Amino acid sequence: MKLPYAVSLGPGTSAADLTGSWRTERPVYQTLVAPCGNACPAGEDVRTWLYLAESGGAGYEAAWRSIMETNPFPAITGRVCYHPCETACNRGNLDEAVGINSVERFLGDRALDQGWTVRVHTPATGRRVLVIGSGPAGLSAAYHLARRGHTVTVRESAPAPGGMMRYGIPRYRLPREVLDAEVDRVLALGVTLELDSPVTDLDAARAEGWDAVFLAVGAQLGRRTYLPAASAAKVLDAVSMLHGLETGDRPLLGRRVAVYGGGNTALDAARTAKRLGASDAVVVYRRTRERMPAHEDEVAQAEQEGVEFHWLSTIERVEPDGLLIEQMELDENGFPQPTGRTERLAADSVLLALGQDTDLSLLGPDSGCRVIDGSVETDHSFATGVTGVFAGGDVVAGERSVTVAIGHGRRVAESIDAWLAGRSAPPVADPDLAPYEALNTWYFEDAARTHRPLLERARRSSTFDEVVHGLDEDTALFEARRCLSCGSCFSCDNCYALCPDNAVLKIGPPGEYEIDLDYCKGCGICVEECPAGAIRMVPEEV
Amino acid sequence: MTTTLYQIGTFAAGNRLLAPEQRAVQSSTERGNAITSGHRACRGCGEALAARVVLDAASRASSGRMVTVNATGCLEVFSTPYPESAWQVPWLHSLFGNAAAVASGVSAALRATGRDDIRVVAQAGDGGTVDIGMGCLSGMFERNDDVLFVCYDNQGYMNTGVQRSGATPPAASTATTRPVGTSVGNAFGTGKSLPLIAMAHEIPYVATATVADLHDLEAKVVTAMSMHGARYIHVLVPCPLGWGSASAETIRVARLAVQSGLFPVFEAREGAVTAAMTIRAQVPVEDYLRPQTRFDHLFRGDGRPDVVAALQERADRNIARFGLLAEQPDNPPDGRPQDPAPLEKETP
Repeated sequence: MKLPYAVSLGPGTSAADLTGSWRTERPVYQTLVAPCGNACPAGEDVRTWLYLAESGGAGYEAAWRSIMETNPFPAITGRVCYHPCETACNRGNLDEAVGINSVERFLGDRALDQGWTVRVHTPATGRRVLVIGSGPAGLSAAYHLARRGHTVTVRESAPAPGGMMRYGIPRYRLPREVLDAEVDRVLALGVTLELDSPVTDLDAARAEGWDAVFLAVGAQLGRRTYLPAASAAKVLDAVSMLHGLETGDRPLLGRRVAVYGGGNTALDAARTAKRLGASDAVVVYRRTRERMPAHEDEVAQAEQEGVEFHWLSTIERVEPDGLLIEQMELDENGFPQPTGRTERLAADSVLLALGQDTDLSLLGPDSGCRVIDGSVETDHSFATGVTGVFAGGDVVAGERSVTVAIGHGRRVAESIDAWLAGRSAPPVADPDLAPYEALNTWYFEDAARTHRPLLERARRSSTFDEVVHGLDEDTALFEARRCLSCGSCFSCDNCYALCPDNAVLKIGPPGEYEIDLDYCKGCGICVEECPAGAIRMVPEEV
Repeated sequence: MTTTLYQIGTFAAGNRLLAPEQRAVQSSTERGNAITSGHRACRGCGEALAARVVLDAASRASSGRMVTVNATGCLEVFSTPYPESAWQVPWLHSLFGNAAAVASGVSAALRATGRDDIRVVAQAGDGGTVDIGMGCLSGMFERNDDVLFVCYDNQGYMNTGVQRSGATPPAASTATTRPVGTSVGNAFGTGKSLPLIAMAHEIPYVATATVADLHDLEAKVVTAMSMHGARYIHVLVPCPLGWGSASAETIRVARLAVQSGLFPVFEAREGAVTAAMTIRAQVPVEDYLRPQTRFDHLFRGDGRPDVVAALQERADRNIARFGLLAEQPDNPPDGRPQDPAPLEKETP
């Protein structure tokens, strides 16, 4: 280079010196699985839709469409899901988990409000699938099968669709307008719904010529236990009571209602009894609050509404004017053991909430479906022992919830789609999770969580109005922006800005960087200062 | 309620949720890269990073009409081994001790030739600033020459083998302050704070900053460039070689220096402190000392809790002196710069 007078070194000539040769390790961009999405029973890519929602405006619809890729019912799960995503959320280690569930509800409600819909883009395959049961599992499968171009018929024994979402979950947790609207959106994809059509013989239904059948009849039978009872005693099962309420039967429970059990259904029954006019609603449970399977939020809301709890108690006998209760104590293994001490509890009726069983009478005595402990046995693809018959939701063993059932429905749809096409179902991969330690939380703004407002207590004791309200747009956006984007680049430019060697190239579109290995000395600053843990160092081969 | 949260706000360099003018210059593909790749700084060098941040911001503020004067030192040695130069801005190399005098001369020459729209930035390490260059620098301050002087403080003579400088902190082990016998490393009570000395000259602008907050560093350069007369910015730049910290931890160590209170980040005008950055997440000095092998001897065996306590006392004194803890509820909670309580004059 010809340099002007007195200039001895040309500008930027150091570029000839490839200092990348000093390197012993190199940074590599990575995308890890976020714990929220990994924990989601419906398989939602939570981090991705939160990222989309963070932009606000048009981002909301994009976020909603991301949810709809796996879960057709965001307004429902935004209300009734027990959000294991929030339990897993890394922000819980920093201050409090991101309110993922409330953002999901905001998006779900906005979709209903704005009338956003999904369409089927795949050409019709001509394959016909029968779904037995219109609960969350059945409708989720119907949705995903319809979007894959299959012709779907859903057969439902009840006069209205929804399964336990309608006949199990009380209105104050899930308003029926929301349920109806989200179910209608699935039906609008061309899914045929046959109501009042119980399937009593699976083999006969198969003989109608379906290409595949999904068994999703749920667990509708309240489990009974033997309780010595006087003839005048009023003992009902909670599932039937909740079901009856939905079909217009207002049960006569009396002033003082006892509920036997410690699950979410027990709390639904107790809170419902309060709303039906009971002055006392008492939950009798044989273990302690800590060991109660019911969700903490439900317990807290029930307590606020005046539901009382008798921990470490079993019902010995039901008498005309009340219950004889025996106190228990936990042994060293945490199992309740009788103490022999008894007390009386005044009660006009007893609701049993001791679990639910599946009505599998449609299988018949010689069915190829294996049933173990009341649950249908399936392989990892939800296939039963009968070719072309799949089972999921409460019918199979495992955790039972709306969200789990929605996830089963989607996976069954994928399995059926693969099976119809002669492919094998994709294996379940082991996720590479983003741990909290991978984050550099210095870079996140301090932001306390926003909680959803609750309906005033007075209105909760007398009406079935929805208890938990949604977030408004500002607070939902705030909540979405609390996401730490664990294990995924969100274009903060730290790596680009903090590299002492200008060896991170910002190549765009936004969020895309590349390491210039000609000059990267492998110092690792980009890895250390990445807020999201989206870069790692790997040793160079020497 | 309006949504004020932007996930990371301005703690990181950029963010798609922020308006472009709220992002750091360093997050832009348009940045000048005043010092480019291929320089021979050690990996993880805080000084190489700081020089780019400062000169890119200064260059943008002066629309590229800027001359840089560079004292001898690490920065000069690693950027210009003959026949190469990593600089992409007009750049002059002076002697070790006279960068301020050369910069004063450049400024005078530009004025004499009617080109005083061209700005002058001088830069040096702590050796060239607080020790060898101090006479020239004090003269530059005293004459209020139109120069921005930037000191990249890595607390020692690093490229010659990590010898002690006047900016080396007490208890640090260097090649000339080994903790042998009764010595605990560099002696307490020696050394000097050049930002306070600069303030004593009552020049228009004095500021301190670190590589741990690019927004703050850039803002201070822009402020300085908007003014005329003698201005001084003192930037803490961790040195993995001399401090014995991991190369990946350069930014983190600088952050801990601020969050412990050992390195107060503030601005002063005409000799009075006008703003101090509050500590966002206070840490004990031990958190800052432990990642650096130059303080290893304080923790080996039984350790020297007395020395650590003395260092903590220095941090606490800074916190009290500059009002570094946001306790009043009306203070912004996020550690952004703010107006501190008026500083009490210590000497008449």
